[in-house]
Amino acid sequence: MPEPVVRARDLGRRFGGRWALGRVDLDLLQGERLLLMGRNGGGKTTLLRLFSTLLAPSRGTVAIFGLDPAREAYRIRRRLALLAHLPFLYEDLSGPDNLRVVARLVGRADDPAPWLARVGLDPRPDPVRTWSAGMRKRLSFARLLLQEPELALIDEPYGQLDPDGHAWVDGLLKEMASAGTTVIVASHLVDRASALCQRALLLHDGLPRWSGPSDQAPRAWTCFQERAS
Amino acid sequence: MTGPRGGRGKGSGTLLQLVRKDLLVGWHGRARLVGLSTYAVTLLLVFSFALGPDTATLHDHASAYAWVALLSASTLLLAQSFLQEVEGGALEGLLLLPVSPVALFYAKALANLLLLLVLAGVLLPLGAVLFDVSPSGPPLALAGILALGCAGLVAPGTLYAALTARVASQQVLLPVLLFPLVVPPVLASVKATALLVDGDPMGQLGAWAGLLVAFDVLYWSLCGVLFGRVLEA
Repeated sequence: MPEPVVRARDLGRRFGGRWALGRVDLDLLQGERLLLMGRNGGGKTTLLRLFSTLLAPSRGTVAIFGLDPAREAYRIRRRLALLAHLPFLYEDLSGPDNLRVVARLVGRADDPAPWLARVGLDPRPDPVRTWSAGMRKRLSFARLLLQEPELALIDEPYGQLDPDGHAWVDGLLKEMASAGTTVIVASHLVDRASALCQRALLLHDGLPRWSGPSDQAPRAWTCFQERAS
Repeated sequence: MTGPRGGRGKGSGTLLQLVRKDLLVGWHGRARLVGLSTYAVTLLLVFSFALGPDTATLHDHASAYAWVALLSASTLLLAQSFLQEVEGGALEGLLLLPVSPVALFYAKALANLLLLLVLAGVLLPLGAVLFDVSPSGPPLALAGILALGCAGLVAPGTLYAALTARVASQQVLLPVLLFPLVVPPVLASVKATALLVDGDPMGQLGAWAGLLVAFDVLYWSLCGVLFGRVLEA
């Protein structure tokens, strides 16, 4: 059996006295796409940050590409990318300059034009602080694509985007799937995102409440919401 | 997921790329640097007017006031250097790249040192005019003391600026943490600058410069090691 890209066992994270996440067991193989669903504060972002090596677990273990993030974060970071709520951008720099900074640090050619074209942006020279939220989101996607990750961790891909942008994200996720990228997506748009994934995990109050094939995720989500309300 | 690949961004090149990035960000935020220069120049003006027209008094206090102005401006400069990193989560984004915290520290400290030296380059000639001072020592020695003194401010300042970057009261907290630590290099800088301005009949300059070098080596080594811990906090 091939080594899972992500392996978590009894994974948990505490902030102060509060457990934000607990009892997560997960194996994700190369090329699999997992949807994380749940209400705000359910633990989705915490789980993505644990997988990204930005956070250390308070309990349990996690291995990414078979490596221990506590000891080999540097090697792991060469192979993954995270799209988070924050855009990870320098507000005073232009979009192309932001991409150039990342490209040089990860050893890619520093021409940002192909990456900007891929996310539907022009190489505008004005600082990104003057850009709309949707344009920044697209630039964050360009930043992620530029890293050519084997594991893409994507938190709320549809947030701040207009309906055209939603369709564009769908296309991008399909493109990543066909390229064999392992993807974990956290989204509130369960119907939409589940169609692009194979598996789904529902988190509530930091605990896994349901997991299964993604085609059953919309029904599981509806049942959960009805019970919860 | 294919795209244009190049071979750069590895090894020591990472440090240079990070310095380049910090200088680029500094350049795009140059309005803040102009504001800082204005603040530091205003401080010098206030000091010179407070002392009055007595040439001897102005002369005696010139180096101390120049370093007080530099210290004050450096605190703001250091704080701002990390505000831009925290805004938009840029620092977190950098941490997710294969970049070591040690490289992040030295790049940021070097960029801050360069910016502080530019500020000093504006401030000191003006101070020399305001305080009616013409250095008796060689200009190169003065530049050396200036660089060593600024380095003594920048290393712990960069560390503490990172530590306090996500704290709402950073502008208060940073000086409280930083000033006790930079008292020895600032004192040594003031004494060494005064000796270069007034003359050094007892040959004390070497001792003060040696003290500065010792503190710089200590701070630049220690802060580089501790920076990773600060980022994890």
